[in-house]
Amino acid sequence: MPFIPHTEEDVREMLVAIGAPDIEALFDEIPANLRCGKLKQLPQAMSEMEVAGLMSVRANQDGQPVCFIGAGAYDHHIPAAVWQLASRGEFYTAYTPYQAEASQGTLQVLYEFQSMMAALTGMDVSNASLYDGATSLGEAVLMAVRANRKSKSRRILMPRSLHPAYRRVVQTMVESQGIELVELPFDPAGGHTDPATLAAFDGQDIAALVIPQPNYFGVLEEVDALTDWAHANKALAIAVVNPIALAVLSPPGEWGEQGADICCGEGQPLGAPLSSGGPYFGFMCCAQKLVRQMPGRIVGRTCDLDGKVGYTLTLQAREQHIRRSKATSNICTNQGLMATAATIHMALLGSEGLERVAAACYANTQSLVQKLTTIGGVEPLFNRPVFHEQALRLPISADGVLSQLSVMDVLGGLDLSRDYPELGDVILVCATEKRTETEMHDFQQKLQMILTC
Amino acid sequence: MSDVPNELKYCSTHEWVSSVDDGVVTVGITDHAQDQLGDLVFVELPEIGQAFEAKAECAVVESVKAASDIYCPVSGEVTEVNEALMDSPELVNDDPYGDGWLFKVRLTDEAELDNLLDADGYHAAADA
Repeated sequence: MPFIPHTEEDVREMLVAIGAPDIEALFDEIPANLRCGKLKQLPQAMSEMEVAGLMSVRANQDGQPVCFIGAGAYDHHIPAAVWQLASRGEFYTAYTPYQAEASQGTLQVLYEFQSMMAALTGMDVSNASLYDGATSLGEAVLMAVRANRKSKSRRILMPRSLHPAYRRVVQTMVESQGIELVELPFDPAGGHTDPATLAAFDGQDIAALVIPQPNYFGVLEEVDALTDWAHANKALAIAVVNPIALAVLSPPGEWGEQGADICCGEGQPLGAPLSSGGPYFGFMCCAQKLVRQMPGRIVGRTCDLDGKVGYTLTLQAREQHIRRSKATSNICTNQGLMATAATIHMALLGSEGLERVAAACYANTQSLVQKLTTIGGVEPLFNRPVFHEQALRLPISADGVLSQLSVMDVLGGLDLSRDYPELGDVILVCATEKRTETEMHDFQQKLQMILTC
Repeated sequence: MSDVPNELKYCSTHEWVSSVDDGVVTVGITDHAQDQLGDLVFVELPEIGQAFEAKAECAVVESVKAASDIYCPVSGEVTEVNEALMDSPELVNDDPYGDGWLFKVRLTDEAELDNLLDADGYHAAADA
């Protein structure tokens, strides 16, 4: 089956069929003063060779720094087979399948993706992926407000320990829909959301509580207590998780007495390279009872008339092309290519491989923190357990230290003062499984040099 | 045309309403409606105690090919919902005027029943 868009001849035939002279004529009804006309700022076209040359000059400006920044996007090893396979023509589309059932291979991959995500999160069902972690949380918040019929308040509790970019994206997505986001403070000593602070909301009408694990500071939250508080107060529990961490932490489906209701997060650590912020992908899983409120596409497995296994898009009555303005979401697509890469990535690593990656990340971060805190004035900001990130206090300007490190080809962490000015000079560091003892030692030496100058 | 019992009242939006029993009426969808929708796979019912104005959206029936809103035929408060539909939505297909009922409403104003169609009126509306 050809997946190539209309040829010139197709276009000509369609224009003849509808009696239009050319494509331009189809836009006649838009008044001339509203049309932007030809783009004027575009530079002249370049040949492939010229573009490749320009891009290699630009890439060289970045150098080959060693990355100790996490904060939502992580520098993991991606086996070569992942993109070798994901780039095959049969898979190579960013989109959800349109003539869906004609693309059995694509549907099967997405079905496998869903199965793996459901297993990893301990939830009943998964969708076929969303745009990214932040928008998946926005969708989860909207879903919770629809699904929690016991709550009329449209109030959501959002910890300040949640990724600041996620909080901003969710605000943008829900503010015009009468949904109120209530910030929860984090404990200054632990860097976590102390479940005791929720007592202030006991008995109030809350639609959902958002629970990040690990949180933005890398700190592990008391997910069981938080989930149980939500359910005791008739609120839904929304988990925001790092999928790699789930290889060693208890899955959201098992949090507290009943488990989280919705689980979402950023899928980038599963096979998507760091690349100027994307493309990444979001994931979302939920309890079976909420599946009809879940946004996005869901692939199901069934049998055809001859009893042969087939894959199909299912529960489509939730979706825009059928339900129109009352659809669960305006999402009617998924991040097909990224989800495909993640499926191959997870299949290659297996549960044991994922666990080893997670354990190595944890061990490396412990080792890094141990090395860096031997330097005078460098100390952990929070005293609670972390996964693979740690906030460290510096004796001098974090911004200045990080720029000096970057000149020495070390991306030494993220300056937290931009989003949390009250914390002072604090950086967030991360060491994934890729970081070697030599690299970490080198980071320590360079930081020591800067701080003693 | 499908089965349209004479003893019931109807809306042009394909809901039926039973006669009043102690201020309460039972509501469902017609045989014609279930036939047009095809096999139902899910029914979303209102909450007990929820109040609706006449013609307000109050439930959703979902078939393999569409999801359709159900409008409350009369103003009032929901007193009971058909819990059996949670696990067996096909009851609406099998027995739309019996076991496939959707919910019961305590009427705010019995006079509103006069605004509804009788069997002949619904026949005419559904054929149109």
